[in-house]
Amino acid sequence: MKYLLLSVGFLLIFTACGNKAKEDKTAEVVDTAYTQPVETTADQVKFPVYDFEGLQPLLNQEDGKTYIINFWATWCKPCLEEMPYFEEVNAERKSEGVEVILVSLDMRSMWKTRLEPYVEKKQLKSKVVILDDPDQNAWIPKIDANWDGAIPATVIYNQNNRKFYGHGFTLDELNEAVDVFVN
Amino acid sequence: MNVLKLLGIVSMVFYLGFSGTPVPVTEGYDIGDVATDFSLINIDGNKVSLSDFMEAKGFLLIFTCNTCPYAVKYEDRIIALDKKYKSKGVPVIAINPNNPDKQPGDSFAKMKSRAAAKGFTFPYLLDEGQKVYPEYGATRTPHVYLLEKTPEGNIVRYIGAIDDNYQNESLVKEKFVENAVDAMLAGNDIGVTKTRAIGCRIKV
Repeated sequence: MKYLLLSVGFLLIFTACGNKAKEDKTAEVVDTAYTQPVETTADQVKFPVYDFEGLQPLLNQEDGKTYIINFWATWCKPCLEEMPYFEEVNAERKSEGVEVILVSLDMRSMWKTRLEPYVEKKQLKSKVVILDDPDQNAWIPKIDANWDGAIPATVIYNQNNRKFYGHGFTLDELNEAVDVFVN
Repeated sequence: MNVLKLLGIVSMVFYLGFSGTPVPVTEGYDIGDVATDFSLINIDGNKVSLSDFMEAKGFLLIFTCNTCPYAVKYEDRIIALDKKYKSKGVPVIAINPNNPDKQPGDSFAKMKSRAAAKGFTFPYLLDEGQKVYPEYGATRTPHVYLLEKTPEGNIVRYIGAIDDNYQNESLVKEKFVENAVDAMLAGNDIGVTKTRAIGCRIKV
């Protein structure tokens, strides 16, 4: 009932704003976040769902490959802006032993409504996993001591080297970062 | 004189050494620093400064916004914090640090409508020109700074998240901010002074 009232409230606000509101995708995004409180469980979603402990093996593979671990979410605009670059590097540099793993931090209510549709629509080829572990203060420092928790954020590692990047990438920057690992 | 020269060279070397590497999150305030005051526009059209709150013992300065899903998840808890601590002399002051040109959902008009819809009981200020959040070192929303008012100025006592479970308030094990404010008001040491959380990077 609370959510119904909220949605009605939002409808009124959006109607009042007219066309401007329709163009405003960010506001719609937030609207979705609280008008769809139904939470998905792990067995209903297409992608593997891990807590931090479950994710850890993916962060520590020693098989000679270079892994790009990108922390993102569908609600994070700068994350979506750099998504094509991760896709391109994943496709173009596979022969060099480079693999991208996209770790989604989308909330449970967004798995079905936003994450799955986004991955499908963009035809993402990189591996997508979900990190569902609310005790962020416990695991963020284990990813990197300098990470404040803001996304986008990326870790690149192989068995010899590991680096954390607390910022977004251009395609050139991403390729240069990967060069350090594969050369 | 020679010693001074040597010191100069040593500090120069240090300076160059440090400035040569990127500094990711170490800018801004640390615990114990004196926080700057500001004069920012509130959703009611008036300017608000920390010095306006003559009776306050401290402040819960929270960088937050309309559009970040984490900020939205915490809206009710921010209202509850204000309700609980305003009467004890530690009001919430919310600041939207995002550039509305980059994030139209965080425009001044949208801030007003969001605050009205949720019934915000605290000032909701726009960091016009984005001058304040970099001084504090805020990087994401929501990002909390607990300040204690002292004769030396407003001292930073806690930086970080509100609690340890954004998803479900009933599963929260540690209420970081409440523990910090309670300890501060009781004159005790604050156990956990810095925490991290996933949040939306502030839009510049």
